[in-house]
Amino acid sequence: MHFLVFIKQVPDAAQVRVDYETGTLIREGVPAIINPFDKHAIEAAVRLKNQFGGKVSVVCMGPPMAEDALKEAMSMGADKAFLLSDRIFAGSDTLATSYALWAAAKQIIKEEGPVDVFFAGKQAIDGDTAQTGPGIATRFNVPLITYVVDIKNVDPEKKTLELVRLLESGQEVIQTTMPCFLTVEEELNTLSYAPLPYLIRAAKTSVKVLNSKNTEIEAEYCGLKNSPTKVRKAFTPPKRERGEMIEGDSVDGIINQLYEKIEPVLKTMGKVQ
Amino acid sequence: MSKKDFDVIVVGAGPAGMAAAYVLAKAGVDVIVIERGKFPGSKNVMGGIFYRKPMDDLIPEFYKEAPIERHIVEQRMWLMDDVSHFSMGIKTQKHNSEPYNCFSVLRAQFDKWFSKKVVEAGALLINETVVTEPIVENGKVVGVRTDRPQGDLYADCVIAADGVQSFLAKSLGLRKKITPNKVALGVKEIIGLSEEQVNDRFGIKDSKEGVTIEITGPFLKGMEGMAWMYTNKNSVSIGIGVIIDDLINHNMNPNDLLESLKNHPSVLPLIEGGETREYLAHVIPEGGYKSVPRMYADGFMVAGDAAMLVDSVHREGSNLAVESGKLAAKTYLEARESGDFSEKTLSRYQEKLEETYVLQDLRYYKNLPELLEEKRYLLTEYPQFLIDAMTEIYTVDGVPKPEKFRKIKGELKSRFGYIGLAKDLYTIWRKLR
Ligand SMILES: Cc1cc2nc3c(=O)[nH]c(=O)nc-3n(C[C@H](O)[C@H](O)[C@H](O)COP(=O)(O)OP(=O)(O)OC[C@H]3O[C@@H](n4cnc5c(N)ncnc54)[C@H](O)[C@@H]3O)c2cc1C
Ligand SMILES: Cc1cc2nc3c(=O)[nH]c(=O)nc-3n(C[C@H](O)[C@H](O)[C@H](O)COP(=O)(O)OP(=O)(O)OC[C@H]3O[C@@H](n4cnc5c(N)ncnc54)[C@H](O)[C@@H]3O)c2cc1C
Repeated sequence: MHFLVFIKQVPDAAQVRVDYETGTLIREGVPAIINPFDKHAIEAAVRLKNQFGGKVSVVCMGPPMAEDALKEAMSMGADKAFLLSDRIFAGSDTLATSYALWAAAKQIIKEEGPVDVFFAGKQAIDGDTAQTGPGIATRFNVPLITYVVDIKNVDPEKKTLELVRLLESGQEVIQTTMPCFLTVEEELNTLSYAPLPYLIRAAKTSVKVLNSKNTEIEAEYCGLKNSPTKVRKAFTPPKRERGEMIEGDSVDGIINQLYEKIEPVLKTMGKVQ
Repeated sequence: MSKKDFDVIVVGAGPAGMAAAYVLAKAGVDVIVIERGKFPGSKNVMGGIFYRKPMDDLIPEFYKEAPIERHIVEQRMWLMDDVSHFSMGIKTQKHNSEPYNCFSVLRAQFDKWFSKKVVEAGALLINETVVTEPIVENGKVVGVRTDRPQGDLYADCVIAADGVQSFLAKSLGLRKKITPNKVALGVKEIIGLSEEQVNDRFGIKDSKEGVTIEITGPFLKGMEGMAWMYTNKNSVSIGIGVIIDDLINHNMNPNDLLESLKNHPSVLPLIEGGETREYLAHVIPEGGYKSVPRMYADGFMVAGDAAMLVDSVHREGSNLAVESGKLAAKTYLEARESGDFSEKTLSRYQEKLEETYVLQDLRYYKNLPELLEEKRYLLTEYPQFLIDAMTEIYTVDGVPKPEKFRKIKGELKSRFGYIGLAKDLYTIWRKLR
């Protein structure tokens, strides 16, 4: 079986600070990591490979330094790594990004053979749109299963598998056919401590760079010019003020004070006259 | 031999390990470096002084591309008490042109750069992996065990460059027992300032030039130690290292010492208003020559701090690490010709080190740790005398100069006695001979 994982390199959110004057993120000097959800996607793919045989490919769109993310993916057990990097992608929104990743995936399929399961993270911790995975799945016209927390009953013969999705109010079990596209939650698995041979192989293997020259990508769908999403404004939410303490001698007194405070609000809601 | 994955395994990607791996990889040896940090230097915030010479021999003109902060043009030495400091030093334009003498570096960046060169040269670098023990067969080291699943590795030779604590050298019984009177605890901070502030406060014209200050004297209250300040591009590294036994006996906490250093009237104006960016505590081996262990065994060599190669008098360590790493690699290359990696062949490594400045410098000071332990007052009373004498000479108070000099001579006599003074001088001369 062939598994293809889309991974994004993101700034380590734990170390990003906000410039309160301009309202923008200070990314300078912040270490880059693999988007945390995507690590669980890699882990899941590697486990399936170890169980059923085959290989795991990973692809990341980003600047040359995103190679670090791909190397890390290989040291987690991925076999082939592709870096999609080209100036024409600069300024891509999710529409342009999922187009480019789709085109890159087609190239990977050409080189490495058809894919049975595509993986992406639920969302990226910096962009947070959760649109990229679905955008790619739609272009491949394969079943899309989001918020995956468990993978069961994989049948390589019949090309079926069962997936558990996390919903607001419970879980949903779905059976689907392969090829399919999963976006995964962190609960899917716990990351394992990779064996040494994976790390050695990762250190020895180089990442293949894909760009507009060696891939059939049409520039007219890429980059800032072809990204309809416009970020109008980015701001940090105002800091929440501390709650007000209402004190008093008797319970009735406190309740009266409280009622006076909320009465105007209740009025605007039409709950009292 | 049963198995072999690599020709050489280097444990630790500090200056010693990387120098060894670089030489080996350049010579076409199949070498792997195992580092426990996320990347080389990741656990190391040593804003420290890196010496050019041994590195320049390895990678000519490395300073043109390596991430260095400033090249050092002035080195000051302060004798300090609670309210004064007596300053000496050298500022010279001879150190202000290529190839320079030494540099301030931030090790987190420098080590990362060095490791890139090592990988480009052809070595394999494995991060986030801890070596847990040597694998010994028939009395010979044949590999290492790591904390990873399927984590055993086999090779002709293991080079331990795993730093002061060197678990590997210890577990092979190579290390002498380290006592807390031979080890210093260093604490340091990096204090962020603007480039202009650093330049103005340290009297520097060009942001590429840097200053170091080494500080000792009675402010240490009779403890053996050294404090230092180094200028980086837009920060100052400030730290203090004190012998652990002294800290215990004086019931002192190194953090409090660093705080009082930072608030000293001579120091504060240099760093005032800066923001602490990083903090680090680390052990410094100060036993000198006498604590240097046997540095080889069958299939095994030890380099850098792991072999206690630190010259605390001249705050040299990283250069000795690079030099020893190189020599260990060269010894391996010679041994490879005969295919004999026995203790006997590898003993050439230590012999070679004895012929270089590395062990010659350490040997020169070999009696110093004992001398200072016996006569701690050398570190307080003489500096105090100098500070007082200088203060007297520079104070204009109507007292005629001849009387001032008589007073100073009288102080000298009453504090040390002429015989005591002669004895001390003789002892120092004897011990350093
Ligand atoms: C107007 C605009 C301009 C932008 N300009 C730039 C720019 O110049 N440079 C830039 O880096 N970003 C840019 N971005 C952001 C970037 O295009 C988005 O981050 C990207 O489209 C993914 O969206 P997301 O972060 O919300 O990811 P989500 O859709 O939340 O991510 C879900 C999953 O999709 C996969 N995925 C997402 N992104 C990638 C990727 N790049 N490679 C592989 N897999 C991925 C991962 O599996 C991830 O877990 C821009 C966005 C906008 C709106
Ligand atoms: C506070 C302080 C200030 C100093 N200032 C200076 C200075 O200004 N100039 C100077 O020249 N020297 C200075 N030194 C000394 C200098 O830092 C050392 O001499 C030098 O770093 C020694 O290099 P090394 O490669 O032997 O060891 P290290 O730099 O300590 O490297 C050892 C490496 O091995 C790794 N490691 C350890 N154990 C394992 C294991 N089991 N498995 C895998 N990896 C492992 C560590 O993570 C580390 O990366 C200073 C030291 C201290 C503590």
